[in-house]
Amino acid sequence: MNRYALWKYLIIAVSLLLGLLYTLPNFYGESPAVQISSLRVSANVDTTLLQRVEDALKKASIETVGILLEADSIKARFADTDIQIKAKDLLESTLGKEYIVALNLLPNSPEWLTNLGALPMYLGLDLRGGVHFMLAVDMEGALDKSLDRYSADIRSTLRENKIPYTGLEKQEKKLILKFRDTEARAKAETELKSNYPDLGLIEKEADNRYHLIAAIKPEAQVRMQDAAVMQNITTLRNRVNELGVAEPIIQKAGADRVIVQLPGVQDTAKAKDILGRTATLEIRMVDDEHDLDAAIRGKIPFGTELYEERGGGPILVKKQVLLTGERITDAQPGFDKDNQPAVHINLDNSGSRIFKQLTRENVGKRMAILLIEKNQTEVVTAPVIREEIGGGRVQISGRMTSREARDVALLLRAGALAAPMDIIEERTVGPSLGADNIARGYNSTLYGFFAVAFFVIIYYTAFGVISVIALALNILLLVGLLSIMQATLTLPGMAALALTVGMAIDANVLINERIRDELRAGASPQLSIHAGYERAFGTILDSNITTLIAGIALFAFGSGPVKGFAVVLCLGILTSVFTATFVSRGMVNLMYGSRRRLDHVPIGKIWIPKNSLDSDKAISHEEDETNEDITVSGKVRINEQKKVKIQAKASSPVETIADTNNIIDDAKIRPDEKAITKIKSKRKKSDVKQPKQQ
Amino acid sequence: MEFFRFNRDIPFMSWRRQGAIISLITFILSVFFIATKGLNLGVDFTGGTVLEVSYTQTADLGKIRSILVDLEMSDASVQNFGSSREVLIRLPIKPAVSSAQLSEIVLNALKQADSSVEMRRVEFVGPQVGAELLENGALALLFVSLGIVAYLALRFEWKFGIAGIIANLHDVVIIVGCFAFFQWEFSLTVLAAVLAILGYSVNESVVIFDRIRENFRKHRRASITQVIDNAITQTMSRTIITHGSTQMVVIAMLLFGGEVLYYFSLALTIGILFGIYSSIMVGSSIIMLLGVKREDLVKLEKKPLENDGAVV
Repeated sequence: MNRYALWKYLIIAVSLLLGLLYTLPNFYGESPAVQISSLRVSANVDTTLLQRVEDALKKASIETVGILLEADSIKARFADTDIQIKAKDLLESTLGKEYIVALNLLPNSPEWLTNLGALPMYLGLDLRGGVHFMLAVDMEGALDKSLDRYSADIRSTLRENKIPYTGLEKQEKKLILKFRDTEARAKAETELKSNYPDLGLIEKEADNRYHLIAAIKPEAQVRMQDAAVMQNITTLRNRVNELGVAEPIIQKAGADRVIVQLPGVQDTAKAKDILGRTATLEIRMVDDEHDLDAAIRGKIPFGTELYEERGGGPILVKKQVLLTGERITDAQPGFDKDNQPAVHINLDNSGSRIFKQLTRENVGKRMAILLIEKNQTEVVTAPVIREEIGGGRVQISGRMTSREARDVALLLRAGALAAPMDIIEERTVGPSLGADNIARGYNSTLYGFFAVAFFVIIYYTAFGVISVIALALNILLLVGLLSIMQATLTLPGMAALALTVGMAIDANVLINERIRDELRAGASPQLSIHAGYERAFGTILDSNITTLIAGIALFAFGSGPVKGFAVVLCLGILTSVFTATFVSRGMVNLMYGSRRRLDHVPIGKIWIPKNSLDSDKAISHEEDETNEDITVSGKVRINEQKKVKIQAKASSPVETIADTNNIIDDAKIRPDEKAITKIKSKRKKSDVKQPKQQ
Repeated sequence: MEFFRFNRDIPFMSWRRQGAIISLITFILSVFFIATKGLNLGVDFTGGTVLEVSYTQTADLGKIRSILVDLEMSDASVQNFGSSREVLIRLPIKPAVSSAQLSEIVLNALKQADSSVEMRRVEFVGPQVGAELLENGALALLFVSLGIVAYLALRFEWKFGIAGIIANLHDVVIIVGCFAFFQWEFSLTVLAAVLAILGYSVNESVVIFDRIRENFRKHRRASITQVIDNAITQTMSRTIITHGSTQMVVIAMLLFGGEVLYYFSLALTIGILFGIYSSIMVGSSIIMLLGVKREDLVKLEKKPLENDGAVV
């Protein structure tokens, strides 16, 4: 009866094997490493770079523990952190600005595990140290800024079309245009409608004046907001790359928020500085008249500056700024009419006017597009002006590959933030606290586990040992599951792990208490084990579901650390139901199920009340009916009970037992376990006898 | 070994009146302290900046305070955290200074005064985030409560749902009341503990309710009081052992978990201890008060075979 089919044992074995396999990487620890990835799309990470890295390290006689080339990065491990930092400095100077060289920690787990996809859990910022920022995009500010731009553009449109207007003012999120007559207003309305599809226009009369109220349409606002957030993310990613963080997380959170997580970053001041910086774009003219060589030697002509061109040599640029990046509304990579890679730039109204004039006057000359970030100026590109360009659509082409075109477009778009951003949440954890937190979480779980194990083994002896093994396997499965999911482990997550230990034992206590109950009631050992497990299961399910409800709510409404707590709590509940019922049952079946004569259940000494019937005295006189109750339960309505009772009374005890069998069969006790029902019926018989003895 | 050797059922239900008085008094006191003293809400909810720094020697709190006063931050609170070498500085939100810079300014000033200072942790929460977290916390509490009532109502009967949730919200109010009385810091992790307790201690009521249902079936002529007393006595041993085990782990957290987990495990401790009391005395008393009848549960027996191993 207490036997499992082979497939059940197989399920247990396979799940435990998987649990062990995926838990394993967490025990190998991590070794210091340097990670090299490309900053620009144009810089390839390939075998040639690998060769360069190897040569550079060999030349400086820095020993690596291993170098591996991955899809988009090269990772080199080192024996200790001193060598790691030395190697980082060396590689940074050898490889130059094209690549990001970052310090990282790599798991030490053997390759065959990594190939299986078995990776250690990802440690949260509170455990490994690092910075977490939440930034809010100031949409009010962005809308305000774009209204300013619109108001300038509308003015020039009206002027160009010679539409008379008496005033234009900005009033909380809308522009009010004033006209003297309806004719002018109608004309303006058609003109604005065709030029600015994102503006909603409403006519209004006030003080004998004809007003036209322009406001940005809500759907356009949403689009602007999305675009602004996405652009800000791109910008932030570029900036974070400069910091040399191995695994930065930059993601959108909600409609207008961005989360930035920089594991391992200690210099928060620098991080904040770089995140908060504003980059600007400038268009200036290239000075080709003066001698470049002389300038390189130090004689920079008056009114010019010497800069480095990206992917090219030095270049002399005039100081006068003709156009700034604020006038760029969009930049996309594409192709020109000769099918050469190009970047298409859209300028706003006044930008295109300036640009038209500038190109008309400078045909055949070179202009330079400069990116200024934190007092560092770089010439992104310096194309030759072929003809006058009007209409605000600019195309930069020539001397670039499609990759470079993509880079330039990205830079032009991402050079500046689309909307101002504020840091609204910051959580920084120093490295020492991170290490302390790991120890704290680990110790709490470990000592908690030992305390529970000690107590349970003393209290339930052999069954206690089984419960404790089940509990340990529960942790194994839980950690394995978290590793498979690559969940981020945080300190609250570790607290949930510890709490799971304390709560998961509940299921085994319920089972063991039930088994004792059955034994106390005089059931045979095998039957007691069976009934204990069967009867406790419903209660275990009930009590875990309520905790699961709380866990799900925490996951749904919690943020950051609380989410980590909730994930571990919920998964812990699932694994604990599995191990406490299924796995521990498997162990019990394996050890005791096959014994034909088990005359003792090693579950601790069971105390049986001296006057055992006394305890049920209040109820004992009903014992006869109890059996009948079970007989009729589920089949007969209450109002029919009387009749059935009479029948039951009339029938012989054997028949009653037969009925009982039916019911027990109905109660989903497996048909192949008829032995139980037999034993059960024996027990019922003895139960029936008890009151008579009394 | 067996701890609990009851020769007869313990007449818990005859102590109903005393239980009700104790519950009411603690409940009213808790509400009173929450109302008058208020909660010492952590930076998660109020917004503001928290800085944890450590020194190589015993930190001079007076000096740190005077540095902060020089920075015109006299409203900052400075206290030891964990050990005498660690210091926790709390700064309220300042509209004038960009909040993210605040911590840098303070850290730089501290570094100038004593270069051995090491940054352990900085937490800055903007006012809007704080308000959101508070709102989400309240929503989570509501969701858990409704979810539990719905589940118990489905699994047993609405009276059990009501009784279960009152018994457990009673625990929650008492935990929060303790935090208000002692002015312990109520942070996001404490809220997580409170919600976890809400789910956890309902277990207790579920186990007892399960037994009550079983007893209703087994002992048809027993009075409701007898049925309940018997159910509680039968599950007593399991209740104490389970809670004891969980409490052991929580004690481990209390001792080894450091300051971050300290209040978390404190909330759990109060919740576990009151959970035992409330599931025995409060939950069962309320189902009696609501007038539970045998028929309430027996009518469920039309289909007793569904997912139900507890009832044979």
